[in-house]
Amino acid sequence: MASIQIENVQKAFGKTIAVDHLNLEIKDGEFFTFLGPSGCGKTTTLRMIAGFYYPTKGVVRFGEKDMTRVPPEKRNTGMVFQNYALFPHMTVFENVAFGLRVRKVSSADVQAKVQDVLRKVRLESYSDRQVSQLSGGQQQRVALARALVIEPEILLLDEPLSNLDAKLRDEMRAEILRLQRDYKITTIYVTHDQAEALSMSDRIAVFNYGVCHQVGTPAEIYNQPANDFVASFIGEINLLPVQVDYVEQENIAVTLKNDGEPVKLVVHNHANEGELNKGDLAVSIRPEAIRILDAIEDGTNVLKGKIESVQFFGSIVNVMVQIQHVSLRVDVLNTHEFGHFYQGKDVYVELPKKQLRLIPVISGDAND
Amino acid sequence: MIKNRDTRLTIWLLIPVVLVLVAYVLYPSLRTFFESLQKDGSISFGNYQDFFVQESKTNLEALWNSVYISILSVVVSALIGIPLAIIFNRYDFPGRSFFSTAAILPIVLPSLVGVMAFMFLYGESGLIPNAIKDLFGLEKVPFKIGGVSGILIVHAYTMYVYFYMTVSAAINKIDPSLEEAAYNLGANRFKVFWKVTFPLLTPAIVAASLLVFMISMASFSAPFLLAGGYRVLSLQIYFSKINGDMEIAATQSVILSIVSIAFLLFMRWYQNRKDYRMATKGIGAHRSEVKNPLMKWVMVGFGIIGVLVLLLPHFTILLLSLVPDGTWTWQTYPSVFNIENYRLLFADPNIFKPLQNSLIMAVIATVGNLVFGVIASYVLVKRKFVGKSFIDILVMIPWALPATVIGMNLVFAFNEPSVFSFGQILVGTFWILPLAYFIRHIPLVVRSTNAVLEQLDDSIEEAARNLGAKWFYTFRKVILPIIMPGVLSGTLLAFIESVGEFPTSVLLYTISNRPISIEIMNQLRMFNMGQAAAYGMIQITLIVIVLFISNKFFGIKAEKAL
Repeated sequence: MASIQIENVQKAFGKTIAVDHLNLEIKDGEFFTFLGPSGCGKTTTLRMIAGFYYPTKGVVRFGEKDMTRVPPEKRNTGMVFQNYALFPHMTVFENVAFGLRVRKVSSADVQAKVQDVLRKVRLESYSDRQVSQLSGGQQQRVALARALVIEPEILLLDEPLSNLDAKLRDEMRAEILRLQRDYKITTIYVTHDQAEALSMSDRIAVFNYGVCHQVGTPAEIYNQPANDFVASFIGEINLLPVQVDYVEQENIAVTLKNDGEPVKLVVHNHANEGELNKGDLAVSIRPEAIRILDAIEDGTNVLKGKIESVQFFGSIVNVMVQIQHVSLRVDVLNTHEFGHFYQGKDVYVELPKKQLRLIPVISGDAND
Repeated sequence: MIKNRDTRLTIWLLIPVVLVLVAYVLYPSLRTFFESLQKDGSISFGNYQDFFVQESKTNLEALWNSVYISILSVVVSALIGIPLAIIFNRYDFPGRSFFSTAAILPIVLPSLVGVMAFMFLYGESGLIPNAIKDLFGLEKVPFKIGGVSGILIVHAYTMYVYFYMTVSAAINKIDPSLEEAAYNLGANRFKVFWKVTFPLLTPAIVAASLLVFMISMASFSAPFLLAGGYRVLSLQIYFSKINGDMEIAATQSVILSIVSIAFLLFMRWYQNRKDYRMATKGIGAHRSEVKNPLMKWVMVGFGIIGVLVLLLPHFTILLLSLVPDGTWTWQTYPSVFNIENYRLLFADPNIFKPLQNSLIMAVIATVGNLVFGVIASYVLVKRKFVGKSFIDILVMIPWALPATVIGMNLVFAFNEPSVFSFGQILVGTFWILPLAYFIRHIPLVVRSTNAVLEQLDDSIEEAARNLGAKWFYTFRKVILPIIMPGVLSGTLLAFIESVGEFPTSVLLYTISNRPISIEIMNQLRMFNMGQAAAYGMIQITLIVIVLFISNKFFGIKAEKAL
């Protein structure tokens, strides 16, 4: 068991910089997720922790030990690869036993430990099978068992669920969490799937283009995104480019950059919005935070609009409302009563000021 | 710490690979080039001047003849191979899959043995012409092969397979929906074939043409036994060497190499060009069944005749091997058959010796190929380093160079002491032939190993390292066991080719260490065709065993590596 410190790490491949200025601290026993689109540097970072790449600059530490240039076989990390990387010429038992045999564990102990871990992943009756005879989910569990049996200090999971179908994915998600809690092992989980990240992690680091944009708990990442990239990568969000009119103690007054008549909004002044003068800004609001009103009500941020479309998704109903050439996505819970939403209807919407956040625009296409 | 461990490991693995390639591929080639510049004790291009402007024009004529024969070989092989590929892959009729497997039979015939079979089948006193003569009561044999026609027929027999295999592969890659789209747009069968199918096959046809041209330029056994007075360049090199005109032999070697390497480069360029092949998943074979019963049985009939023609050389060798020496002299047909030749082969030490020599030398060469091939291929496929394409080219050179040239290169490099032979003269010793066989088959083993290593995902190696295994442990316990089947099938192929290797043997053998191919040649000269054929049968049997093992146990089509 160990904590991990990544200090000022940079990794360059030739002229391409895959990871830059990375500082992370992963706590002992934590389930930590690297989240981002493909090519964002999350796997590169994982591979630097595993030792398959050495950083161009910076330091990687496990606990107090400097591991920056320690070869992978001396790191005692257990890694589960995206394609599982099971040894095709070995049985399930031999695959799991490989790491123990390398460590010259006595054969009685190997037997006991392998049986034990196979029981934990519910594959005890499969130990003599060839790995090619297993289903995807079973192969996945062999890969997990093989990584866990060596009692690694750190468990590294590189998009382990991406090759499984949806139902199996849910099952394995629970399985991985159960094992992680069981072993209380520091775990790094790499994924591009935000639902996986939100549901499993203690904390998440969001990556894009080799830069870590935000580190926080799933709730922080979702509710208080640091910028428009984080906001739009995780979940659905309305991003409205604005300019600031004035800033008060409690509130910030903004005007939308839209085509029609000016729309003015009041945003609650959250503590972390210190960089308001730098670059472009947008207000963000989650679709489920917006309220559709049947009639005009008093209050701030109540706007008049027209329903553009209504889409039924089962648990929620998605209503697009147009306000002065700006489309807002509103999610309404399916309470069996949404028949009164129809295309072309005039409605009022309320954007609660505490749910509105003013965030910097870094990607240039905030309206995506 | 200067470099990290992995870089150091790469360097350690690279050192032997580079040493071997420089010592036994690059240095001998350069020696030959240097030799070709020697003229009357000074350095000049005089030999090249002589080559092209000589009074008698023999050299220029030989070069032209080589090119002429090669072009004809390409045309004839294409005319046999392409239609066969199209018929077998597009039409279904009884026995189709058997015939299509039989079509690669010529591979199961070592070149020298094959040429010998053709001599006895279709030559002056050949079985077929004489049978026809007797059957129709003719005065003279109706036809006989020899000279250009002989070489050409042998080439067509062995080389159409390259067209057949590459075009078959290309046909099966064509997405059926392309042709269906053309039909849908109103094109008829003829139009669809010439406007859609055939253009899609051209890359394969061009690649096969270049390959056949190269192989035919390098061909040695067929001209050696059949050319008569006809000069081709590969044979001229041998004659120059026998006559002691070493500088001329060197010049001829360099010119033949230049032609071959030019073709190799052209071929690589052509294949790497962006082409319009499309990767479509899961294309099923779509063959149309031949419905017309007459047509169907005509095709089956032709198929059976074709298979018989393909198998005749093998039968001839079998037949000849059963004819004891001295019992078939003036008769048109042999009359005595027994297994005396095989008995002698194992009973008479003098007759057994060449077989033993060949096997020992082939084993040595093949073990070398295996070790070198695995290391070189691992470094080339799995490691990054500067100068990789240079190593890649060095590995491929022995494939591009005609065997005769490789033999000459070794003559020039190791007929005097050098660092690379540990200060020994290798020519005239036992070691020169295993070395030649080793060099000849470097590309075959490296390429077949590359194919399996490229399939092996890097994460397998990483997983083992992650679990705590050092590199060597990982290599031994994980990588080697996984790639071994593929590696062995390539290596076994190198082994059987080494056993039968003729062109380098004839340039480098010593009397005390004659390989099987030289003994076949000697026996033929003494008209002991029975004994020669028995040697041939041993080779054919070895090849059949190897192909069987590869298919059965490794699940790999060994012929793909060719």
